[in-house]
Amino acid sequence: MRGNGHAELGRLVEPDRVHHSVYSDPDIFEMEMANIFHRVWLYCGHETQVPKAGDYYTVLLGRQPMIMVRHSDGKIHVLYNRCPHRGAMICGARHGNVGKGFTCSYHSWQFHTDGSLDSFPLPKGYEGTRLAPDNPDCSMKHAARVESYRGFVFASLAKEGPSLLEFLGDAKIAFDDMCNRAPEGEVEIVPNCFRVIQHSNWKIFLENQLDALHPSVTHESTGRAAEEVERDMERRKHKIPLDYHYLSAFTLPFHKWDQVQTVNYPNGHSILQGYMGLRPQDPDSRAYEAVMRKHYGADRTEEILSVNIHHVLLYPGLSVQSPLQQLRAVRPLSPDRTLTEIWHFRLKGAPEAIYRRALGYYNLVNSPSTMINADDLENFWKCHQGLASDGGDWVSFHRHAGQDEIDGSVVKSRWGTSEAPMRNQFRAWINLMGGR
Amino acid sequence: MAARAKAKQAVKPAKGALSRSRRKPVASKAKPAAEPLRAAAAARANGADTLRAVEQLLYRQAELLDTRRWAEFIQLFAEDGIYWVPASPEQTTGEGVPSIFHEDRDLMMVRMKRIMHPHAWSQAPDWGTNHVVSNVMIESENPKTGEVVVRSRFHMLEFRRDATRHFAGSYVHHLKRTPDGYRITLQRVDLVNGQGPYDYVLQAWV
Repeated sequence: MRGNGHAELGRLVEPDRVHHSVYSDPDIFEMEMANIFHRVWLYCGHETQVPKAGDYYTVLLGRQPMIMVRHSDGKIHVLYNRCPHRGAMICGARHGNVGKGFTCSYHSWQFHTDGSLDSFPLPKGYEGTRLAPDNPDCSMKHAARVESYRGFVFASLAKEGPSLLEFLGDAKIAFDDMCNRAPEGEVEIVPNCFRVIQHSNWKIFLENQLDALHPSVTHESTGRAAEEVERDMERRKHKIPLDYHYLSAFTLPFHKWDQVQTVNYPNGHSILQGYMGLRPQDPDSRAYEAVMRKHYGADRTEEILSVNIHHVLLYPGLSVQSPLQQLRAVRPLSPDRTLTEIWHFRLKGAPEAIYRRALGYYNLVNSPSTMINADDLENFWKCHQGLASDGGDWVSFHRHAGQDEIDGSVVKSRWGTSEAPMRNQFRAWINLMGGR
Repeated sequence: MAARAKAKQAVKPAKGALSRSRRKPVASKAKPAAEPLRAAAAARANGADTLRAVEQLLYRQAELLDTRRWAEFIQLFAEDGIYWVPASPEQTTGEGVPSIFHEDRDLMMVRMKRIMHPHAWSQAPDWGTNHVVSNVMIESENPKTGEVVVRSRFHMLEFRRDATRHFAGSYVHHLKRTPDGYRITLQRVDLVNGQGPYDYVLQAWV
């Protein structure tokens, strides 16, 4: 890639295949940081992560270490985690509360929680110099734009660009679906973040999220094991917790996966429709539905609960599993290293049993002992090894290419296993990278 | 998963477990160190060498993991036994909170069957572990019921596909006496590096 430019990029991405270097070339990775991650809306966190003034969480946006902090007036700011004096990082911990303001540990420059300069020691020392404390350069720098939607905070490091809602488009249903399922219409963070590093390019993770052909292959061992124990429990206990179904559902045969549709939106976002039977009719679910009807009425409750989503991918770095109230934020670290941060939410006003059910999924599928992602991570590593090699030039996204249903700017797969989501992601990629 | 199996008691992390903020020490109402020693002495005075018996159980458990005798590992747990790795040291129960592991014997069976399945792809690379268990202290012993709470420290080295990972921390075993010897009713595992990012995931029990 060195020495080539945007024109070269256009040759790397074709409608039904991409060149392997887009996953492995370090120069392309740097361009992705500049052209994608430092431009589009990236997920910072949820408002309930920082409930009190002075509460903060650090977050990596592209290459930039940032701080999401709540100011004394209640507003949330997203600041660069850097002291304007000599450049030292301000917050060394991942999260905490800074009280009334930040203090740099190097020379005690102090800042209010909106990033503005409070004071520095021995101000006389600056007399007669061109450093003026009221110059914005003496304050902590802000992310160019910050917006939140239903409590989910996003930032863009570029001054210009579409608004958050324009960028999300119809894929904002990720947050509507999650929040609407709460009787009070809001969710609250569970203050725990599982962090897992995968040894592959960030795009591999996104492609896998909507790949309906892989689960019954990759997760066969866990699906079969859960199924066997389920059968055994049926004999012994007559009642099987729903958790087992979260695991055994992965054994669906191929033709069933073909019935699960994907809906692909502009800007690379996609929806994978549900397959885990998320409308169970056990006593806990019935109690929850009764609470929902009290808040929303029967018709609206029916409308909310019949939304058919397994998860929503918000390009380029967020996978939201709205019916189970969890999300995974994808933070690329290098061409072959990617961090995922996995969070879980409570539906405000819902019975405890409904939280426990989603928690079962969080623990079994998303924790660092996951029996599901164990095999994904193995595949991701293998993918990267192969893609970094000279064993072939192209990666195939031919499956059902040209056969999807196009509805304006939306592409609906006729078959669940269509590689439409990957083709959609690369349409967004090449647009953002400026190759077309 | 957590809701299904009722943990019988709230348990505190071992003293010195890292608090999430690392600013304030974990508030611990654990009894002073002298008391476990007294408990052990009392056990010996009663003619039962509890300390030695529970040490043997801990060493045996480590050996079963390192030699991949999964079924025997599971059998060390009582029928309603729980294996729990909290998500944070402040947690006092695994019920209704995120956990790294919170498994009853049925879920342990799923994990075992998965690892042994010929298509458990992540099992293809060679891997092995080595556990060292030490600092065994009896926290309490109920002479009437024979229930014992024992704390220990461990270090687990895992070698997998040319890379070495280290996990270290504390165990708290809640044991009950049965005709077949001690069985685990609850094992709490606090990883000292449990709060960091996981390079890959944990495939088997720690």
